[in-house]
Amino acid sequence: MPAPGTPILSVRDLTVRFGGIVALDGVSFDVSEGQIVGLIGPNGAGKTTLFNCLSRLYTPQRGDISFRDRSLLALPAHRIAELGIGRTFQNLALFPTLTVLQNVMVGVHARTRSDFLSNALRLPWVRREEEETRERARELLAFLDLEVLAAHPAAGLPFGTLKRVELARALASRPALLLVDEPAGGLNHEEVGALAALLRVIRERRGVTILLVEHHMGLVMQISDTVVVLDFGRKIAEGPPARVQRDPEVIRAYLGVDEPAGARR
Amino acid sequence: MTARAGALGLAAALAVALALPFVVSNFRLFQFTQVGVYAIALLGLNVLTGYNGQISLGHGAFYALGAYTTAILIDHWNVPYPLTIIAAGVLCLVAGFLFGIPALRLEGLYLALATFALALAIPQILKYFEHWTGGSQGIVLSKPAPPWGMKASPDQWLYYFTLAVLVILFVLARNLLAGRTGRAIVAIRDNPIAAQAMGVNTALYKSLTFGVSAAYTGVAGALSAIVIAFVAPDAFNVFLSITFLTGVVIGGLASISGAIFGALFIQFVPNWAQDISKAAPWAIYGVFLIGFMYVMPFGIAGALRRVAARAARRGTAARA
Repeated sequence: MPAPGTPILSVRDLTVRFGGIVALDGVSFDVSEGQIVGLIGPNGAGKTTLFNCLSRLYTPQRGDISFRDRSLLALPAHRIAELGIGRTFQNLALFPTLTVLQNVMVGVHARTRSDFLSNALRLPWVRREEEETRERARELLAFLDLEVLAAHPAAGLPFGTLKRVELARALASRPALLLVDEPAGGLNHEEVGALAALLRVIRERRGVTILLVEHHMGLVMQISDTVVVLDFGRKIAEGPPARVQRDPEVIRAYLGVDEPAGARR
Repeated sequence: MTARAGALGLAAALAVALALPFVVSNFRLFQFTQVGVYAIALLGLNVLTGYNGQISLGHGAFYALGAYTTAILIDHWNVPYPLTIIAAGVLCLVAGFLFGIPALRLEGLYLALATFALALAIPQILKYFEHWTGGSQGIVLSKPAPPWGMKASPDQWLYYFTLAVLVILFVLARNLLAGRTGRAIVAIRDNPIAAQAMGVNTALYKSLTFGVSAAYTGVAGALSAIVIAFVAPDAFNVFLSITFLTGVVIGGLASISGAIFGALFIQFVPNWAQDISKAAPWAIYGVFLIGFMYVMPFGIAGALRRVAARAARRGTAARA
């Protein structure tokens, strides 16, 4: 693994327009290996658009994204996971009819290679691969306290639980970089505390770099090494949490005037 | 508990299937051979529509392609019939895969309409290539005799032959759907964007699924040509395609055993309807259809699953 401090992800001059609306306007920043980077901004600032560019669901009109010195823009969306980028979705994107275990097993897809023919014939190496896939998924269910729900369909589980299933599924591909979109949405105070601890463990014990989009300021300021602030598609601030919190431009973007940014949840 | 019930059900079904030629008349047996043929076609359509979420109203076209491949190979070149089945499967695999590529741009009802166009066109296309297909007259074949000097009637032999093909294809489909590929196929249906983010090449998987689905239906068509010993264009009309979709839904979407239940339904319920009312059999059939959907909204397989799950719960409750 490269030394901490080298950029694992570089976003350069990224611009995305939807018709006449500029969703991202020349955004540039780096994410360093081993860091937790918080990406914040008021609603509509372009955070999720940026995530969707990183997972190649959108193609930017201008700019470049490189991951470990390789441009992502040359690759289709389904090749991103195998490079080592995992993600979760803001409004949940699970497979409702599959069980919790199967959902996480789909996450291993990018790391396995059996195909239609070898699956239909159930060749010995396919059986082994399937066993390893199941093993890996079970390990992640244990890590995220989801073991009892393994055989439960994803449909019908509480929102907070499904967020953890998504996290398990994203980790299943052994990502080097994890994109987490609003993990604290819908969680209560205690759960947010547990989430902060969990994200730290994922970084420290699994060596995963994390890019976090989040509205919960307490969480972002508590765990981020660096915070990037977007407003109307432009980057208005970047730096350590304490400095960003005092930045007058950030305070203005969030609150209009006067009040400190930390007052907003 | 439900797994054991499933295994028991499977063993019982196989035992009944093996014993059937000794207890029913040749005509009834011919009908059950048809059930086996339909079951293969329905399984193919179910992989596409039930598991992958692509609706096809045109699988009759692949059934026809398979049937005519077999009929032409036997009629023109005397190719041994088991080989023609393989040829029909491969040809439909390629045709389905190729059709699946433009189909990627069509979702839901639009795809249904595009496949419907295929079903509409096929009888006329078959008539047009008269030199090969025999035009409206079709092609008459002869039923193959049992091999190895077996003392069985041709109908009995064809029944076992169809049963063997069915068992092989069902095992392959079960393997396919239970593994990495099957999870990806269902993931695409449930949430294509998330499937892509997990590394699933959704375009390739959808086209390949279309190909596999068409191959199953093509093999079924090839078998039907051998079993009936006759092909004619008007047997492969739009109604056949709709009957297949009916069978898949009634049997149970995204269920392997549902293909068997659906095949029993499309083979026997029209006959019962005929027995009940000679004047308006399709009205009776319609009543059956609505009744089934009302009582078993998840198909026959879905209803059985629910009964088994309830029995299992009661079992654990009684022991506790």
